[in-house]
Amino acid sequence: MKRSNEPIFWSLFGAGGMLAALIGPALVFITGIAVPFGLFFKPDTMSYAHMLAFSQSWAGKIFVLAVIALFLWHAAHRIHILLHDFGVHAVTAVRVLCYGGAFAGTVIAAYTLLMIKA
Amino acid sequence: MADTEKIIEIQVLRYRPEQDKEPVLQSYKVPFTDDMSVLQGLQYIKDYLDETVSFRWSCRMAICGSCGMMIDGKPKLSCKTFLREYYPQGLRVEALAHMPIERDLIVSVEDFVTKLESIKPYIIPKEPRTLEQGEYLQTPQQRDMYEQFSSCINCMLCYAACPQYGLNPKFTGPGVLALLHRYNADSRDGGQAERLGLGYADEGFWGCTAVGYCSEVCPKGVDPANAINQNKMNSAINYFTRFVTPGGADK
Ligand code: SF4
Ligand code: FES
Repeated sequence: MKRSNEPIFWSLFGAGGMLAALIGPALVFITGIAVPFGLFFKPDTMSYAHMLAFSQSWAGKIFVLAVIALFLWHAAHRIHILLHDFGVHAVTAVRVLCYGGAFAGTVIAAYTLLMIKA
Repeated sequence: MADTEKIIEIQVLRYRPEQDKEPVLQSYKVPFTDDMSVLQGLQYIKDYLDETVSFRWSCRMAICGSCGMMIDGKPKLSCKTFLREYYPQGLRVEALAHMPIERDLIVSVEDFVTKLESIKPYIIPKEPRTLEQGEYLQTPQQRDMYEQFSSCINCMLCYAACPQYGLNPKFTGPGVLALLHRYNADSRDGGQAERLGLGYADEGFWGCTAVGYCSEVCPKGVDPANAINQNKMNSAINYFTRFVTPGGADK
């Protein structure tokens, strides 16, 4: 039988899921609650200057890209199989929309990050 | 029995190909006692009310795997399910979902059996041994690797539970994939390569979307969802490393 190419999507899905589980809630807490409400962090933690400095370093770029891209691939796969389970069988259209969206998001994020010069 | 007797309504999905265009429900009033299974209720119907009702059964003790049916919409063994759980509202029994009905509660097992045969559900010895060399030894730890998966009785409840099998009957399905894992995980077996080609296909492990209902309905505590998930991991590792591991690419 023909080998499936699903491992590519499944690995990205798995990596995204792992990353989301590990740091997703913490990120929501820090960026969405703690910093805006002035808890634990200095009020200017997420100022433009700080965020720019963060994404000027290679480690920062990789981190931002991993969070954006892997979360997107995770969501794309989840939505794809969910629609399938619910009986939406426009297979190609669903695949193109889900994975195409994640791919576009990855490329845009990577390009934008690369354009940020030190 | 007479004065403590309760009556329960059992609706049975009938399909007699020579007279019914499509399956129809037929209702029977069955006297029962608390120790009676749904299968016994059906046997009462056949013996005293309507001898034309057809269903499969053999062991009456959840080991032969032949009495599976949908009971109030859930896949169950009728010999392991009691009528008292459905009293007083009554119950509906139908042929297992996702499989073609042959007659009444009897479905065709052909697809399942073909798939089962395709994974070589027997030990293919790693090394040939003569009688004098004695048995193949195995440690308790090695046995634990596959034991739960060896409890499968081929009842097909997990197939009736699996939405992926319902959507695409080409999917190998939970029970057979769990058995594939059962043999591949056996330290005495050397047939992994022969079975994994099938497992690594879209119709194999990758046809599963991790719904998990198969493991919930299994009457023998087999966890097909777990077997499939473990193998997705192996399959993904093999996918990416096949060109750097000796012999990896021909799997
Ligand atoms: S895995 Fe469980 S539910 Fe599926 S065929 Fe085997 S015994 Fe039946
Ligand atoms: S009659 Fe054998 S499993 Fe139910």
